[in-house]
Amino acid sequence: MADSIPAAPLEPPVPVEVSPAPEPIAAIPAAQLEVPAPAEVPAAPVIGAEAKPEPQPYWNSYKAGAVLGLVLLAAFVFTGRGLGASGAVTRMAAYSLQKVEASLHGGTSAEADTLAKNNTYTGQYLKGPADPLDDFLVYMLVGVVVGGFLSGVLARRASFEVVHGPHSNIGRRLALAGLGGVLSAFGARLARGCTSGQALTGGATLALGSWVFMLAVFAGGYAIAWFVRKEWI
Amino acid sequence: MEPLAPISKIAEWGPNTVIAVAALLGVGFGFVLERAGFGNARTLAGQWYGYNFAVLRVMFTAIVVAMLGLFGLVALGVVDLSLVYVNDTFLWPQLIGGLIFGVGFAVGQYCPGTAVVACATGKIDAMVFMGGFFGGLIAFFFAYDTLETFYLSGDLGRVLLPDALGIPVGVVVVGVVAIALGAFALTHVLDRKFAAKRATP
Repeated sequence: MADSIPAAPLEPPVPVEVSPAPEPIAAIPAAQLEVPAPAEVPAAPVIGAEAKPEPQPYWNSYKAGAVLGLVLLAAFVFTGRGLGASGAVTRMAAYSLQKVEASLHGGTSAEADTLAKNNTYTGQYLKGPADPLDDFLVYMLVGVVVGGFLSGVLARRASFEVVHGPHSNIGRRLALAGLGGVLSAFGARLARGCTSGQALTGGATLALGSWVFMLAVFAGGYAIAWFVRKEWI
Repeated sequence: MEPLAPISKIAEWGPNTVIAVAALLGVGFGFVLERAGFGNARTLAGQWYGYNFAVLRVMFTAIVVAMLGLFGLVALGVVDLSLVYVNDTFLWPQLIGGLIFGVGFAVGQYCPGTAVVACATGKIDAMVFMGGFFGGLIAFFFAYDTLETFYLSGDLGRVLLPDALGIPVGVVVVGVVAIALGAFALTHVLDRKFAAKRATP
């Protein structure tokens, strides 16, 4: 049959036996999915550091997941609490707001009557006698920084760089990273936690709301991912 | 037997011991996140575009391991579940918050924990993400009074899936394991599908 002979590939050829899935992924030229990129399309431009030894490969996902599960289980057994990240950052933001505002209005004497202290939400951290940063999750977050740094350095993955997709650029990547940060913060506060405190910890304790949150995160992520696909594929 | 854990509560640890253990747990947490590849936005983005399912595999494996351990120890009487913190359920803000968070995740390609690890290894995009996160928090603080009614809606308190679904906890645990195994199998099927697509000229 004449039409079974492929013509010059003006368009990406679609094999007859494979029904083309109408997913956005189907439109991607195959080569772009491969990680190693040619020199003119650097996958990850490294600022500063030029020649450095190859980073070690990441752990197998199931091994990493099992170890993470054991860390979480240890948290339950030793402390009766789970893992968290956004709670500590929230306390730091409340604390910073308070400090910045007080310094703008004349030092520590102004700390008693700030917007942060009078704010319904941040007031819960700032009104009492307790130091807002003297909290389980804040100490944990300090550990996360140390642990992440240790792992990154030992595996030769620590370097100043902007991670972006092969067809994106530094400006677009940073703009979207900032926007993503704003949205994540708002969502995490509404939901009372993030991927660690809700999805992971709440998921393992079988908390109803945490499972609702986790499924909503995947739904929201897949709903928007198509619109920003050019950033990564 | 008498429950032995949570140890900090049964043994009545002082605050400094709790602080030290919290920091140590954090070190483990940060270390594993980095080893899993979550200190790099490219790994996380793979979840949405099908080139790397590490997010799903790591997260569900961790949930399954911790869940089996926790509920196993509860069944053996070692852990007193009533002393373990369980997130309260506020149905509507958790649903909408999760959707917004998911959008932020896929736009920024980090979540707070992974962004902190990425910052610790020098990723500038993660530092900008955390800057945005700070900004979003400040915005939330000042929007809170307007949002408060919604923030407190769907308040069901401490509800576990077994209570909500009216089925025994053992069945829920087995169900979660089955769903996780099914999801893992699906990611490997998709891996092969994408590999075949790449192999097709």
